[in-house]
Amino acid sequence: MKDLLDLYLVYMKIGFINFGGGYAMLPLLERELVTKRGWTTMDELRDYFAIGQCTPGLIALNVSTFIGQKRKGVAGAIAAMLGFLTGPIAIILVIAAFLQNFASIEIVQHAFAGIRVCVCVLIVQAVIRLWKSSVVDVFTFVLYAVILALSVCSSLSLLPVKIPTVALVLAAGVAGLAASLWKNRKNAAGQKGGDA
Amino acid sequence: MSILPNLMLEFAKTGLFSIGGGLATLPFLYEIAANHPDWFTAADVADMIAISESTPGAIGINMSTYAGFKTAGVPGGILATVALALPSVIIILIVARFLNRFRSSKLVEGALYGLRPASIAMITVAGLNVAKVSLVNLAAFEATHTFGDLFCWKAIALGVVLFLAQRHKKLKKWHPAIFIALSAVVGILFKF
Repeated sequence: MKDLLDLYLVYMKIGFINFGGGYAMLPLLERELVTKRGWTTMDELRDYFAIGQCTPGLIALNVSTFIGQKRKGVAGAIAAMLGFLTGPIAIILVIAAFLQNFASIEIVQHAFAGIRVCVCVLIVQAVIRLWKSSVVDVFTFVLYAVILALSVCSSLSLLPVKIPTVALVLAAGVAGLAASLWKNRKNAAGQKGGDA
Repeated sequence: MSILPNLMLEFAKTGLFSIGGGLATLPFLYEIAANHPDWFTAADVADMIAISESTPGAIGINMSTYAGFKTAGVPGGILATVALALPSVIIILIVARFLNRFRSSKLVEGALYGLRPASIAMITVAGLNVAKVSLVNLAAFEATHTFGDLFCWKAIALGVVLFLAQRHKKLKKWHPAIFIALSAVVGILFKF
């Protein structure tokens, strides 16, 4: 029971300070779950993001479910999810009930212009930290560059069609699978040749 | 009377189909606005984009709370949001079980070999999107065509300081929330 409450509370904290949603959540998860509590590792988190972005559902919710499930099964997943939703629900209810013009208040705009800079820097730091374990060879580097380029061009409408993110991600998964199978086969063939 | 189940169904559908989240939820929200103008309108969605940029939480989550509240009060806000999250919980619980069993399989490892760089690429895109609205000012550049107007120099200065601070031996131990709070204060003091 205490574990479930812990999960709920940690996720409530993350939900309250998670400016920017999905990917911007990574630095907070790293601090709260990896550095402070040792509940998971950065590599495991990275894989949850990799899977969470190509399965149905919002990525932030998917990653939360993964962590909760790993700690305490189904109940843990539900506890993490409810914790994560508490902050946004409370804040939006207050805004919807009392602050219709919240986003146009001048001081709020200045504060959030500052916060956005910080979120941007936090994301850059996360990319730097994940780079080494994800971009491990020429193939993964090319994959990274191609997906980044296609995604940016698509969002700037430089391509004849808009490519949905999920299509890019799934294609990357298939390409990775094909490349690793091909590498295995080549290695196996190489070993056979060596034996003969 | 039947509005709550209906609301929950629509947001569960949004949760199920918005793969990746964030702006992926937008087309579904606009569709709900078109089909149920009494719940919320397309203008409400635009307002919510602005609010979501200035509050914690993903836009899908915020929009479901807002629409639920507008249509059915506080219970509506809570239930619509839980409905949005439900498909994630169910699907990830299934995927997690599968992943635990096949973790070391060559197929899963092979797919992850490609998914990992894709994941980093998407995180980079998220960073670029935030940079676009925080570090550069395209509107000012288009108005004056002066190169110096393209960049928000105050924001870039703050960004460099934050970057160096987060690499610093001692300061990098600070909680990200501290950096976020300090940035808000800087933003207010220097009128970003």
